[in-house]
Amino acid sequence: MHDPIHTALPEADGLAASSVATDPPRRVFRHRIETRLWHWVNAIAIFVMIGSGLTILNAHPHLYWGPYGANFDHAWLDTPRWPGYLTIPASYNLAIARRWHLTFALVFAFSLVFLIVASLLNRHFQRDLRVRAKDLRAGVLLHDFREHLALRFHDPKRPEAYNIFQKLSYIAVLFLLIPLMIFTGLALSPGMDAGWPWLLDLFGGRQSARSIHFIAAAGLVLFTIVHLTLVILAGPLNEVRSMITGRWTVPPEDRR
Amino acid sequence: MTLISRRALVGSAAASAGMMLSGCDRLAQNESFRKILFSGEAINYHLQRALVDRDALAPEFRPDQMSPRFRTNGTANPGTPEYTAMVAENFRNWNLKIGGLVSRPVALSLAQLRSMPARTQITRHDCVEGWSAIGKWHGPTLKSVLQLAGLRPAARFIVFTCADLYGGQPYYESIDLTDAFHPQTILAWAMNDAVLSVGHGAPIRLRVERQLGYKHAKYVMAVDAVASLAGVGLGKGGYWEDRIDYDWYAGI
Repeated sequence: MHDPIHTALPEADGLAASSVATDPPRRVFRHRIETRLWHWVNAIAIFVMIGSGLTILNAHPHLYWGPYGANFDHAWLDTPRWPGYLTIPASYNLAIARRWHLTFALVFAFSLVFLIVASLLNRHFQRDLRVRAKDLRAGVLLHDFREHLALRFHDPKRPEAYNIFQKLSYIAVLFLLIPLMIFTGLALSPGMDAGWPWLLDLFGGRQSARSIHFIAAAGLVLFTIVHLTLVILAGPLNEVRSMITGRWTVPPEDRR
Repeated sequence: MTLISRRALVGSAAASAGMMLSGCDRLAQNESFRKILFSGEAINYHLQRALVDRDALAPEFRPDQMSPRFRTNGTANPGTPEYTAMVAENFRNWNLKIGGLVSRPVALSLAQLRSMPARTQITRHDCVEGWSAIGKWHGPTLKSVLQLAGLRPAARFIVFTCADLYGGQPYYESIDLTDAFHPQTILAWAMNDAVLSVGHGAPIRLRVERQLGYKHAKYVMAVDAVASLAGVGLGKGGYWEDRIDYDWYAGI
């Protein structure tokens, strides 16, 4: 996990660098190659999974709790018909949607495994996502929340560090929502149910797993909307560029 | 950055998402990308065969966990003159023909099938569309039926030809030998403690419990062992596989 860009900028060691107020735009190395690679692969995978997933949901737009559920059974949710401009493919085709979904499911799941292994080895998780008890005190959270409302997202002392809401939402996505998508997805497979029957015990039956699959997907869509909104508010060019090159310019308002 | 340009950015982001979606459809029509897209089936097949023991059982349920009403799907009645005549005479002259790459081709009457040792299982039926229904199935294992005929060493797949026609062609399905010899793979002649109804595939329906519903061929007339699926139908191993690109391996 030796990254040439990373080592070329020893003063900006990941997020651990201390901030010094300097006038010319200060650039820090913010995202390692493993993170950037995973980010874009995962962005494509989620895009395909949501689009093709909506087509699959259109095939039977009813959700149930328990091991079984079909037309004569009680559905807790009847979802609307998802329009063609949101689905893959645009015109209803369950077979092709499943091809997209089940091929990109492999990309989606194995790229998360890659990210977790890589981020433990390069210590991205330990350094950048660690939440300390003092970060969760009500006063701290409230202060960070007010800062968000004022569109100030960075700690002036360490502008390249993730703020607490960023940490918590990244942790929720990486360790809860995406694993939930993967394991509820596996529970939908009759083949995997034979091999790993604990999947059904864990989620309370196949139709419950299907419902949770949909709820977690809605959670990922919500995360993506908030994520994109904040990228736009925080300065889209700088943010997107940093996820491509790894280098991030400290916004002027944070250089105090 | 001003609010207006932010708004424009959101608009262009939405527009580019739309372009990406339609781009996906164009990609799926590209021959080489289509190969990649369709390669997931083989990967999932081999992963599942590697991860799941060949005899691992699909979950079975208690009688109180059964669906109150088990809907029919696909063909509800083949409706051909031949099939209607068979129903009228209670399948008395119906025969299940077991042939292809076997040592002794066999024709079994319904009475003979019903007299064979049978397995009873309460299992979940998962439709490719997403719904599930739990029902009780009863019939001899496919393994015991195949053993009557004796598979020749070249056999790799078992093909099921059905009485229901789609555009004049019989519905058909196929499975590999792992699923064919699986202890829960049965030729069900009874469902929910009653003789199998026309809606559910009378006189017999294949149960292949670790795959989706369209693999569970109804109205089975013939069982053939083959070395390759290339010469059967349009070569993809099943009616829906041939016509609209459904996965041949429907374990997921």
